[in-house]
Amino acid sequence: MDTLGLLNYAIFMGVLIGIYALLSLGLNVQWGYAGLFNAGVAGFFAVGAYLSALFTAPPVPDRIMGWELPTGVGWFAAMAAAALIAWPIGKVTLRFRSDYLAIATIGVAEIIRLVLRTEDLLSGGVRGITGIPRPFGDLPYEWSQLAYLGLTWGMVVVIYWALERQLAAPWGRMMRAIRENELAAAAMGKNVEARRLEAFILGAAIMGLAGAVYVHFMRAITPEAIDPMMVTFLVWIMLILGGSGNNRGAILGAVIIWVIWSSSELLTDRLPAEIATQAKYIRVFVIGLMLQLVLRWRPEGLLPEGTHVRRSS
Amino acid sequence: MSGKPHSHRCCARDNIAPVVAKRERTMALLELENLVMAFGGFRAVDGVSLKVEPGTITGLIGPNGAGKTTLFNVIAGAYQPTAGRIRFDGEEITRLRTDERFHRGLVRTFQIPHEFPRLTVLENLMVVPPKQPGEQLWANWFTPGEVARTEAEVRQKAIDVLAFLELTHVMNERAGNLSGGQKKLLELGRTMMTNAKLVLLDEPAAGVNRTLLRKLEEKIQILNREWNYTFILIEHDMEMIEKLCDPVICMAEGKVLIEGDFATVRNDPRVLEAYLGETVHPEVEAAIAEIEELEIEEGNA
Repeated sequence: MDTLGLLNYAIFMGVLIGIYALLSLGLNVQWGYAGLFNAGVAGFFAVGAYLSALFTAPPVPDRIMGWELPTGVGWFAAMAAAALIAWPIGKVTLRFRSDYLAIATIGVAEIIRLVLRTEDLLSGGVRGITGIPRPFGDLPYEWSQLAYLGLTWGMVVVIYWALERQLAAPWGRMMRAIRENELAAAAMGKNVEARRLEAFILGAAIMGLAGAVYVHFMRAITPEAIDPMMVTFLVWIMLILGGSGNNRGAILGAVIIWVIWSSSELLTDRLPAEIATQAKYIRVFVIGLMLQLVLRWRPEGLLPEGTHVRRSS
Repeated sequence: MSGKPHSHRCCARDNIAPVVAKRERTMALLELENLVMAFGGFRAVDGVSLKVEPGTITGLIGPNGAGKTTLFNVIAGAYQPTAGRIRFDGEEITRLRTDERFHRGLVRTFQIPHEFPRLTVLENLMVVPPKQPGEQLWANWFTPGEVARTEAEVRQKAIDVLAFLELTHVMNERAGNLSGGQKKLLELGRTMMTNAKLVLLDEPAAGVNRTLLRKLEEKIQILNREWNYTFILIEHDMEMIEKLCDPVICMAEGKVLIEGDFATVRNDPRVLEAYLGETVHPEVEAAIAEIEELEIEEGNA
């Protein structure tokens, strides 16, 4: 691979890291702040991706939507749709405690994926949606990629800043209290059920945004992209490794895991063809091993949650 | 046990009718009417009716498993009662959630401290005050000035409470790192961050050393006299009950056995029987003190 090729690869990787950072930040709101074990990240990602695609892609005969609206509208709609769908899902599933909630949310994400696969009128079934516009898509290839990298990380910075502000506010303190001890939080007058739902919806909206950013980068979406391994579990590993409860940790985890995941592909591709296919499974092994090591030696993650009160003494 | 107003009165009080008659006149702060809490076939609280007058410190005693903590859980809203009604401050609250009861001024502490371990001691207190504007998602963005103002007030109040409890030196520690006794003080401190009318204290003395215990008693008395808090106090430490509580209610097997001043309850043969599980002969009485000592030590362990 020549220098330009490597640079292109780096930009491509940078955009995907940004998208994973958004997913990881969204999950941090749910798990890191509110202690909600959402194992259906892929579902909200999918809703955001498809909604933004449907709002902005050109119409296709025999299908509804395809409104060719501006990308910004699509992104906003993606967040709103993910939030809207999180509301009934949260209403039903948040009654469950941790592990049951995980099972329920996996189920919901699978339902969303299967609906997108089989339904023809909106999502186009297995053929998916193509021709999705990309902001700065008219620029020459390299510049377009670079501009999108900037846009993606711009979103990461905005979301990070907004979440940090929110976490430092009494809202964040209350959420952490609910996470720490639900019974005591209720006894201190916090409406636990409503607040958990609030965090669930907020996190889902950010995941929806990640889906929208992804779909305009790829310019196409098929149900294959909604792989629970790639979207849900990889994000969980990123958050746990980086440090749940810490937004910088969530971003750091996305960077580390995606660099390992992605660059190991570069390495394995250079191996002879007969081992290259098998070597790919080593990547999964390495990620799993890292998770084990972190949980054993640094269970709070690389950047643990700090305390949030200004030292005043 | 129909809806007749006096039908719930305990038989034990019939011989102290004048006192009861006097109490009927004032409006009770808390009124339990034939409260039942059953877990499957087991009735942990079995038809409890009682009244708590404003300004009092009511002691709730009884052997282990008498249903005292379960009763607290029902009053605070952690459990929905199987039957019966709860009235608080002139309002029926039987079906309200825990947090709704809190906002009406009904605040509890826990037998085993329920601090928020990864929040600092100061944060543990600052999280308590009801209706903080900053707890609304949008308020932080649209009315940041108001949020900051309230936050400053809350912080100052928390600092004052910590000074009162003599916990200032640990205010930036994570609450999970406090000692058992300090956590008990923190539990009490949380009630001071509210506009509580009635505070349910579940064994505030368990696991607390003697020196701290006297301090705790003193704090409770100050809160009662100067802050106008009404208390119900579950406690095995009889010294503390004697010093603080009037009236004292003794429960056994989910029922109210007797209510009266400390001496009356202490000397009632049924109370001794409840603690020992059989009819008590005078010579056994000496052994009771010993048993209680054991119980307290158990609590300390």
